[in-house]
Amino acid sequence: MVNETDAKKSEETPSFLAPRRKQLFLGRRAMVASTASTVLIIGGLVAVFLLAPGGATVRHFFFNPHEMWQSLVGNHRDSLSSVGLGLLINIRVFLVAEVFILAFGLAIAWTRMSKSPVLLPFRILAIVYSDIFRGIPVLLVFLLIGYGVPGLGISFISFQSQTVYGCVALILTYSAYVAEVFRAGIYSVPHGQLLAARSLGLTNATTMRRVILPQAVRTVVPPLLNDFISLQKDTALLSVLGVVEAVQAGTIYQDLKFNSSGLVVASLLFLAMTIPLTRVTDGLIARDRNRRLAST
Amino acid sequence: MSEVILELDSVVKRFGDNEVLRGISLDLQRHEVVCLIGASGSGKSTLLRCVNLLETIDGGTITLFGQSLTDVRIDPDKVRRHTGMVFQSFNLFPHLTVLENVLVGPVRALKRKRSDVLDEALQLLERIGLRDRSDEYPDRLSGGQQQRVAIVRSLAMRPALLLLDEVTSALDPSLVGEVLDLLRDLAHTGTTMLIATHEMNFARDVAQKVAYLDGGVLVEQGTPDEIFANPQHESTRLFLERVR
Repeated sequence: MVNETDAKKSEETPSFLAPRRKQLFLGRRAMVASTASTVLIIGGLVAVFLLAPGGATVRHFFFNPHEMWQSLVGNHRDSLSSVGLGLLINIRVFLVAEVFILAFGLAIAWTRMSKSPVLLPFRILAIVYSDIFRGIPVLLVFLLIGYGVPGLGISFISFQSQTVYGCVALILTYSAYVAEVFRAGIYSVPHGQLLAARSLGLTNATTMRRVILPQAVRTVVPPLLNDFISLQKDTALLSVLGVVEAVQAGTIYQDLKFNSSGLVVASLLFLAMTIPLTRVTDGLIARDRNRRLAST
Repeated sequence: MSEVILELDSVVKRFGDNEVLRGISLDLQRHEVVCLIGASGSGKSTLLRCVNLLETIDGGTITLFGQSLTDVRIDPDKVRRHTGMVFQSFNLFPHLTVLENVLVGPVRALKRKRSDVLDEALQLLERIGLRDRSDEYPDRLSGGQQQRVAIVRSLAMRPALLLLDEVTSALDPSLVGEVLDLLRDLAHTGTTMLIATHEMNFARDVAQKVAYLDGGVLVEQGTPDEIFANPQHESTRLFLERVR
């Protein structure tokens, strides 16, 4: 039975007007509203920075154009290290580490997913490895490798530069993360693909190479680039081992000239390095999303 | 002459405590088409997967060309090269073109030269009327077209036996016909097939033998006439009434 009041209700003509307050954010008014809120918020932040009681002091110690330039180029005579040259070390370490991380990450992922009984000990090792290096703070890995390995006194291995140890610390840590990214990517390929490939008589290895990996790559690239953005920044940790890279150069400048503008320069340089990669990553994610939406 | 190529004897398969195949015995002759019918979950798909060694069996024997598949010395990849399998969900490789999908088996599994297989592959696509689509990717094709490509992908391996797992169940009703027509065509040209299907009219037309499965048990088997016109068991009769 239909309730009497319900039946009455359905005969009224419904009104679709939004409440007055909500109307402010509809149609062309929305653009006015968004512009206003942007100006208000950004203006507010700038005002806080300019009008803060210590604003002038901070500007002098952190955003001093003269000091910023000095720290960027450095000065040999006063043994002031250049933040700009320091960044070249960050970039080099990043580029070298990246190659090793991709290779190790894939190898670890592969090992963890192998089914062969012979590989059981390696499988256990791979799991232990991932747990350890995803569990220890990167800073600690730097300190342990940088000060521990030289102490071992093994020929060759214990006599490398601190830059090499830092690079190793990054490789060890990030390989563990990247292995998980690869593993997730491989598992994201539908099981039917594996069944279809195997039922054609393709071997396990051929199935991986020709069917699973090419499809996994698509899913893997955005999270992989995210990890690399993070890796670019973490090269700054080389400073704790005394390597004069960008951050360390900024700190030295700060100690000698009692001015922190070098640190701001280092920040800007890192931004210049990471933002392009961030944009590329976001672009890829958006493209992937559009493709997925289009295909359904 | 009739030659038994596949022989299942008291095959048992369990998933944990769940016994999905309870002693299935069935055989298949060369050029014969056998249809497995039964409700979802009756074990039809599992049976096909066991023949293709995508599942290992827990009891009984499966003999293919006189060789027991439970023998530890058997290489599953070699078995699969002679038993094509087509799935309900097509499972075409989305990163490969239609042509590459058809070529991948012969080239990567049989190690035949691409140039030697190319003509054959194009002929197969011609047969299903999709030769002019051979450079497109599977997601540009309709479900029916994709499934026909998947069948042809299996045929490119020249399998001695084709296993088909409810190949029309995921299709729009309007696309079922084109796929069944292809299977009819294959049956007439002597392809040996073991088909799990819900299409009763198709089974009646094409199969030499129909086997009814219920809860992992092969309840009865016989010619389509025997099964559809005169089922011996109560459960077969009830099932056929429900699907009619």
